[in-house]
Amino acid sequence: MEILNALALLSNYVFVPAIAYGSQLALGALGVTLVFGILRFSNFAHGDTMAFGTMVTILFTWWFQSMGINLGPLPTALLALPFGIAFCALFVLASDRLVYRFYRAKRADPVIYLIASVGVMFVTNGIVRFIIGPDDQNFADGERFIIKAREFKKMTGLSEGISIKVSQGITVVTMIIVVTALFWFLNKTRSGKSMRAYSDNEDLALLSGINPDRVVAITWIIAAALATIAGTLYGLDKSYKPFTYFQLLLPIFASAIVGGLGNPLGAIAGGFVIAFSEIMVTYAYKKFAAYMVPGDWKPDGLMQLLSTDYKFAVSFIILLLVLLVRPNGIFRGTGT
Amino acid sequence: MKKLLLSTAVAVGLGTTAVSASAEEIKLGVFLGLTGPIESLVANMAPAAEAAIAEVSASGLLLDGSTVTAVRADTTCIDAAAATAAIERLITSDKVAGVVGGDCSGVTTAALTNVALPNGMVMISPSATSPALSTVEDNGLFFRTAPSDARQGVVMTDIIMDRDIKEVAVTYTNNDYGKGLADAFQTAFEAAGGTVTISASHEDGKADYAAEVGALAAAGGEVLVVAGYLDQGGKGIIQGSLDTGAFDTFVLPDGMVGDSLPEAIGSDLDGSFGQVPGTDSPGAGKLVEMAEGYDASSPFAAESYDAAALIMLAMQAAGSTDPEMYKGKVMDVANAPGEQILPGELAKGLEILAAGGDIDYVGASNVELIGAGESAGNYREIEIKDAALSTVGYR
Repeated sequence: MEILNALALLSNYVFVPAIAYGSQLALGALGVTLVFGILRFSNFAHGDTMAFGTMVTILFTWWFQSMGINLGPLPTALLALPFGIAFCALFVLASDRLVYRFYRAKRADPVIYLIASVGVMFVTNGIVRFIIGPDDQNFADGERFIIKAREFKKMTGLSEGISIKVSQGITVVTMIIVVTALFWFLNKTRSGKSMRAYSDNEDLALLSGINPDRVVAITWIIAAALATIAGTLYGLDKSYKPFTYFQLLLPIFASAIVGGLGNPLGAIAGGFVIAFSEIMVTYAYKKFAAYMVPGDWKPDGLMQLLSTDYKFAVSFIILLLVLLVRPNGIFRGTGT
Repeated sequence: MKKLLLSTAVAVGLGTTAVSASAEEIKLGVFLGLTGPIESLVANMAPAAEAAIAEVSASGLLLDGSTVTAVRADTTCIDAAAATAAIERLITSDKVAGVVGGDCSGVTTAALTNVALPNGMVMISPSATSPALSTVEDNGLFFRTAPSDARQGVVMTDIIMDRDIKEVAVTYTNNDYGKGLADAFQTAFEAAGGTVTISASHEDGKADYAAEVGALAAAGGEVLVVAGYLDQGGKGIIQGSLDTGAFDTFVLPDGMVGDSLPEAIGSDLDGSFGQVPGTDSPGAGKLVEMAEGYDASSPFAAESYDAAALIMLAMQAAGSTDPEMYKGKVMDVANAPGEQILPGELAKGLEILAAGGDIDYVGASNVELIGAGESAGNYREIEIKDAALSTVGYR
């Protein structure tokens, strides 16, 4: 019983939130790593691309809500998601046409791309604020919980509850579907194979008749889809505010680099490593220990390794360690 | 040519001395955050201060018919360098005789220590609440019509203790306001025999507070004190705590009190309680009636009116616009004994002082200066009922 209580406690405060947060980071990092692998630059505009795609999704969600269309217990945003992806894809294709294509034709250095993407980031930033404003936006509807802490306690008779939000459930399910579809696409389809060929050796791919414009366009569309899905899930689970998406860029890049830039599997692993370490290192294990040890051994202190003030430092320490020990990331990415 | 210059200089010199002997053109600085995070509050604070200035100027009773005009300057609320430059301009270039301001605790401290103190200028702040300003070196030049958060810590302790709660967890927004209030509360609460299980900060503007909520929940406590902002991290922490079932009841200090919080969270927030500066004194209502073109019930508007009024009443009591002369009179006009003065009665106050009488300025915020010259503080105790704020009483 005590052990079950301890497990419930950890699940509620560590595992459930970390899995949801990790899935969102993983989806974001997949987009970054894909652009890096195929277009060969670090896309700093990714966080704001997420904000843009989510913004369109929110606008469509509001429109659907005003017409009375909904998905019952599921959030209406899922219905609006395809529209968000479509507009976001158009937006990134336009930015590629206007900005990146010029540098691709000149075969510019990756660092020039990187700086150009910072410019795109600020423009996107401005466009999003101009359209939807800098404030918090609320667009979640439907049921809030799959299971509430109080109901869980009643059901199991434990003294610790587990609560799982609908948005957390959707996040994990969507992440699994999207990742499966992405790997199937990259490994089994003709377009996916040509993308990987282009990523491995650009000149050889061109010689064997692969159309570079097509590969680039497909990459951008997939990146936009990943960004919009990640952004919408994040917004549903937490809240939508353009500035937080801009700040998400740091943990997303940390995830992609920890896993190995350019390696999709690494991006997923990296997302979970960052999310779990942020929460596990700063969690106070006092109550957990109280369940696990005999009564009189109960600790007086909080048993907290680091105060939550250092939450962000944790992900960067892990990033530094990985770069020192395995400079190409856990899963051997293409490196810089 | 030399003669002409000399005579002009003499004439100018004579002219100025002649004016200062009787009626003067007095300038007062209105030193508030016209831009920045609290610009929406300042939109009502600055006009309130200027209303008091206009009232006195129109009466023609201050120092034998002197006129008073307001000169605005921007504190920006957050940029200490900009604020220092702005008050420097007020004092050296505009030659103000007193300053109403600053507003946020950080810039007020910077302006006071860098400029006002070396220049011997009186500052009366309507809204800086950091406890650190109670003990800052000020040569008796700094006052505030807002209470110190140390006082709010004591009031909050009383409210919690009255509900028979002895063990709380505290989270605060990571800035001067949050840290100051959390520390003040912890000191007061522990002195009263309560236990603070954890006092952890949170950053504003983040969307994920799972780690913070986890740590707070592990430490435990009957209620969670959230010294944050209602549309920032404070809301995220409360939402996260309710979602995971970590806490059901929250204590909400002034930064968390507003209609948007119960609107956003709904009936889950019922039963949470807190306090916000406020008074049911007749002065507050009177100022709201008098106010033209601004909302006098907005936070710190009443305090702004009172800050400006106090400077001018102190000048009248001292018979001088020299800050060194009138700084000692501020406490006298603000506190008993004497005739009570409400907003709109500044002319009456000036008359009594001119006749050598005593006044007790009550004003719109029930002014009572204590300690080093700060408001004793009146608080409105609130509770969330049916997803809306309701007033329990005044403390």
